[in-house]
Amino acid sequence: MNAPNSFRTGPDERGHFGIHGGRFVAETLMPLILELEKAYEAARADPAFQAEMDGYLTHYVGRPSPLYYAERLTEHLRDVARKAGKDGGAKIYFKREELNHTGSHKVNNVLGQIMLARRMGKHRIIAETGAGQHGVATATLCARFGLKCVVYMGAVDVERQKPNVFRMKMLGAEVVPVQSGSKTLKDAMNEALRDWVTNVHDTFYCIGTVAGPHPYPGMVRDFQSIIGRETREQIMEAEGRLPDSLIAAVGGGSNAMGLFHPFLDDPTVEMFGVEAAGHGIASGQHAASITGGKPGVLHGNRTYLLMDGDGQIAEAHSISAGLDYPGIGPEHSWLNDIGRVTYITCTDAEALAAFQVCSKLEGIIPALECAHALGKVLELATERPQDHLMVMNLSGRGDKDIFTVAEHLGAQI
Amino acid sequence: MTSPTTSPTRIDDRFQALAKEGRPGLVTFITAGDPDGATSLAILKALPGAGADVIELGVPFTDPMADGPAIQAAGLRALRAGQTLAKTLGMVKAFREGDATTPIVLMGYFNPIYVYGVDRFLADAKAAGVDGLIVVDLPPEEDDELCLPALAAGIDFIRLATPTTDDRRLPAVLKHTAGFVYYVSITGITGSATPDADAVGTAVKRIKGHTALPVAVGFGVKTPEQAAAIAKGADAVVVGSALVETVRASLDSHGKATAETVPAVEQLARALADAVRAVRR
Ligand SMILES: Cc1ncc(COP(=O)(O)O)c(C=O)c1O
Repeated sequence: MNAPNSFRTGPDERGHFGIHGGRFVAETLMPLILELEKAYEAARADPAFQAEMDGYLTHYVGRPSPLYYAERLTEHLRDVARKAGKDGGAKIYFKREELNHTGSHKVNNVLGQIMLARRMGKHRIIAETGAGQHGVATATLCARFGLKCVVYMGAVDVERQKPNVFRMKMLGAEVVPVQSGSKTLKDAMNEALRDWVTNVHDTFYCIGTVAGPHPYPGMVRDFQSIIGRETREQIMEAEGRLPDSLIAAVGGGSNAMGLFHPFLDDPTVEMFGVEAAGHGIASGQHAASITGGKPGVLHGNRTYLLMDGDGQIAEAHSISAGLDYPGIGPEHSWLNDIGRVTYITCTDAEALAAFQVCSKLEGIIPALECAHALGKVLELATERPQDHLMVMNLSGRGDKDIFTVAEHLGAQI
Repeated sequence: MTSPTTSPTRIDDRFQALAKEGRPGLVTFITAGDPDGATSLAILKALPGAGADVIELGVPFTDPMADGPAIQAAGLRALRAGQTLAKTLGMVKAFREGDATTPIVLMGYFNPIYVYGVDRFLADAKAAGVDGLIVVDLPPEEDDELCLPALAAGIDFIRLATPTTDDRRLPAVLKHTAGFVYYVSITGITGSATPDADAVGTAVKRIKGHTALPVAVGFGVKTPEQAAAIAKGADAVVVGSALVETVRASLDSHGKATAETVPAVEQLARALADAVRAVRR
């Protein structure tokens, strides 16, 4: 494939990123999806929409989020390198998305979609959630704007993310445990789509990541791109130059797309998306759609999927509920195909180790999702020179995960 | 008007025969491989004798986003029993050995077909005796994927029109539709709300204003009485979840077929056919 002039112009008018993306949905939803596309195009071009959103981003979400030099982690990894007889140890920065209101990057996207729903006159909001972070963000903004909120969550995830389930209920949302299929994120998305087909007249589906039918992947990316735009300004201020590498965990891929997109046309910036390797790729129990999957069609888009030879979707596995999904956003699939972003994997065990290192050295308890990115930072940073600037998206805080981590460490809470 | 495929298909012939008889048709849906391959084939073979005019054969998929609990569960039963798309095509082939006229329409989701390979699938489906396809997650916006290749291969692509498909959009939906139009009588998933027969009649008239194709109506039709009421205003009525639910109710405590399974489905199909056949148009 010839390299395009810019990596930032996608998707095309039919929602394609290379062969990926598209609009694979039931006819019942098509008219609404076309309406949504129009409404979003109009909002995007409307300075009043942008201004209103900026106001809430500043005063309600608490943006900009800091770009923080993780000094002790950097020192620690330089020590590790030195002991191995090397002089590596990149300078590590965290983009502190965990400091946003509700504790993760998810709120950036939800704010945009909720404001769009209001513009479209929709008063009932539905969402799917895995870790519960997207559900909490949606419940929060629905409370703030007085909208009805129904969140679909796999029954397995309801069990392993109890604090977030209670938070959503406190915020006035109805949480529906989904009992079908593998009872995780993909099944929550199926159930949300079934609700949408049924209640299409008054309902807005607030998708939590850069996946689903066009226009969602591009729209969610646009709302999340504030992460990368801020990072660009902040690193210029701190270091006077662009970073050498960016790294983020990839579930559906929204925190990664948000960080990467504003840098895609900067050829010196290397990018790593980290997929969840669960018990290891060879075990077959993982959630690494690009590394271990093939292109297929699910949830409105073509993208890399985990499936069997008959096209039946496989159950993903990850210790992190937010990464436990057998697909990935279509733009990532394309960025993989053209080689602009490198996709690597991190196991449950590596993420658990990194979770503890970060907590002890930086006083930041990371979400298990971004602990996967951190697991690979520990590896990559030691192999890079000390003047290498590496920015990791610390996409969420880990309070929601303490029960899971305690269980794996054999501790009683 | 016949479909834009090269020559009339079994579907065209069947709807012409129904028009001659002056009655609406019964379209029955079952899930291929539910509860197991052999029982499912026996049900398939029994349906024409029970009065099914057209058969929709559901292709099981792990993530059927437009289906309600009954058809979701049927798909999972079939997958657990080892059903695959290749086996479903094999079932059609076996059926065709004893029935050369009853149209068979495969209904499902795109991924199993995409993974099988579109060209290979169309060749194998045509050879097996498949007449039409309903693929829920392929709207007209994605016609290049399967609809146009299917028409070129002589297989009808049957599109769903829904209550949200307004007059502006209808021509696009009907453009490459062949065989018949499937009107989804409710905004919702299979097997949920019961449609209002009057509203359905009005909608069918609206669609007929745009096409000469027959219109079948489905989603939510459960009893012979409902089927007859809907059939009054349409060329055919589709019943699915109720038949699939009958399969489930006949199973033993381990989910295995019993001696009751095939006769129970046959009996409901016959009751539905009797009710539909009593309607004059
Ligand atoms: C903190 C956090 N990071 C990352 C993710 C993964 O989602 P995405 O890949 O869309 O950023 C989640 C999802 O729940 C999350 O809660």
